[in-house]
Amino acid sequence: MGAEKKNVPVLRASHLGITFGGLKAVDDFNMEIGQSELVGLIGPNGAGKTTVFNLLTGVYQPTEGAYYLNGEKMNGRKTYQVVEAGIARTFQNIRLFKKLTVLENVKVAMNKDMKYSLPAAIFRLGAYWKEEKETDERAMELLKIVHLEDKADYVAENLPYGQQRRLEIARALATGMKLLLLDEPAAGMNPVETAELLEIINNIRSGFGISVLLIEHDMSLVMKICERIQVIDYGETIACGSPEEIANNPRVIEAYLGKDDD
Amino acid sequence: MPKKIKRNYLINLIGLILLFLVFYAVFESGIFGSRTNYFMGIATTACYTIIMVTSLNLLVGILGEFSLGHAGFMSVGAYASAIFTNALVDSGMPRLLLFILALLIGGIAAAITGVLVGIPTLKLRGDYLAIVTVAFAEIIRVAFTNFEITGGGRTMSGITKLSNFYWVYWVMVVCVAFMYMFIRSRFGRTVKAIREDYIAAAASGVNVTFYKVLVFTISAFFAGVAGAVYAHYITAMIPTTFNFNYSAEFLTEVIIGGTGSMTGSVIGAAFLSILPEMMRSFATYRYLGYAIVLVLIMIFRPKGVFGGWEFSLTGVFSGLRKRGSKSGKGDE
Repeated sequence: MGAEKKNVPVLRASHLGITFGGLKAVDDFNMEIGQSELVGLIGPNGAGKTTVFNLLTGVYQPTEGAYYLNGEKMNGRKTYQVVEAGIARTFQNIRLFKKLTVLENVKVAMNKDMKYSLPAAIFRLGAYWKEEKETDERAMELLKIVHLEDKADYVAENLPYGQQRRLEIARALATGMKLLLLDEPAAGMNPVETAELLEIINNIRSGFGISVLLIEHDMSLVMKICERIQVIDYGETIACGSPEEIANNPRVIEAYLGKDDD
Repeated sequence: MPKKIKRNYLINLIGLILLFLVFYAVFESGIFGSRTNYFMGIATTACYTIIMVTSLNLLVGILGEFSLGHAGFMSVGAYASAIFTNALVDSGMPRLLLFILALLIGGIAAAITGVLVGIPTLKLRGDYLAIVTVAFAEIIRVAFTNFEITGGGRTMSGITKLSNFYWVYWVMVVCVAFMYMFIRSRFGRTVKAIREDYIAAAASGVNVTFYKVLVFTISAFFAGVAGAVYAHYITAMIPTTFNFNYSAEFLTEVIIGGTGSMTGSVIGAAFLSILPEMMRSFATYRYLGYAIVLVLIMIFRPKGVFGGWEFSLTGVFSGLRKRGSKSGKGDE
């Protein structure tokens, strides 16, 4: 990465906001994520965390503010264009291509980098064989990272829950993104699976140098891996800082546990 | 190209040639005597129905959207190609060339309508899209009954008879092969991903609208080719043939054969175009029979007779060889 780019954060959101018919779901959301940083986004249920993700991936268009990927303004782009630019995500409720195989799930996300034409596909020209083979190999490498290489030919819906979550991460990786948004990746996982997930997330960051924004309810996971945490409630940022600062912040405790009446 | 796949293609090609030779021998030997032409007609009908049903299966099985207006695309192809050959029939062009050009013209005309219908409607899904496709086919039908160039409501007759079974068989083979290759490529994979979850597909960098329009266009193209075959086989046609019932018939055949299975579409279409001929005396009850079969299939085999299964000639061979090697004859 060039020296002049060093100071440009991977993601910068400034005064980002969205209003649904008078309701401010997210208001004045500011965030900066640097190269290979891992930031946690937490907040009580209905705080607007997933809405932030939807804003950052072009599912919703912000009604206020803007967000930038490596300094490039992303407002107005459709989801697939945001992915092409380099932001990929996973979903809170797993969304895999259920009837496709594990390998195919990953290969779909690589389609945007595949170039062979329709005639090449129909007449099975050299470009078809070459690219399909290369994509297979790359997809297998990604499956290795999430420990699913021996499940490549399984139909996705037949995988156990924890493996489905990991496949979703592999599929997001396959887009070749710079910023990965993980929406409650540990939800429904047992402690062993969570530990495995932790290891995977760390490997991704060190191996690919990508930045991660994480929504998570499992506080122990968040406190363990996040370098910085941002807390939102009712669409507004109420705290921002290191895990220790957040754990002792009275406003955060209030948002989660309610106000002490005494 | 990997060697093993090359061999598979060769085996399949040989299989298709053998099947063709069987038909050729049967029809040329004159076993059926004076009824030979009648049976060849049925076989031709089966061929263009197969193209129709497999092309509809691209939409229903691969994209996962219902189209109840596929006969509309077929009629566009039929009329466009008929007008084309009527204009060029006296040009002294070789007949095979004229036939191939007519098929392409039919396909391209239908593909263009596919794009035109596709772009505004593909934001719709499910029932809403199905209703729009019905409306589209109706518009085409009514328009063709009123255009002077399409006969203006009268039968358009005197179309040169170019579709003979021996040509149409290979047209069918090529069309089905192309569609099969399409499905088994990055394009088909992407379209299937959209079928499974369009939100996740978009989040994986797939331009959902583009691929939907693409598969609509390709499906319409092959329906147009089938229409061109039909026009040059039947030689006299009227727009009202391509009505809702006809569209529904194709859909029934897709569902009976198995959504997503090319094998199902081919066998389903072939079977269901032969069946009514065999039960001529029960013709009145044909739709009743369809309805009952459809309901039974929906209850007992909701994925169709063949489900997502594909027939493979090489699969059959390796199955046989395995059996052989079990009895100690395996040489590999």
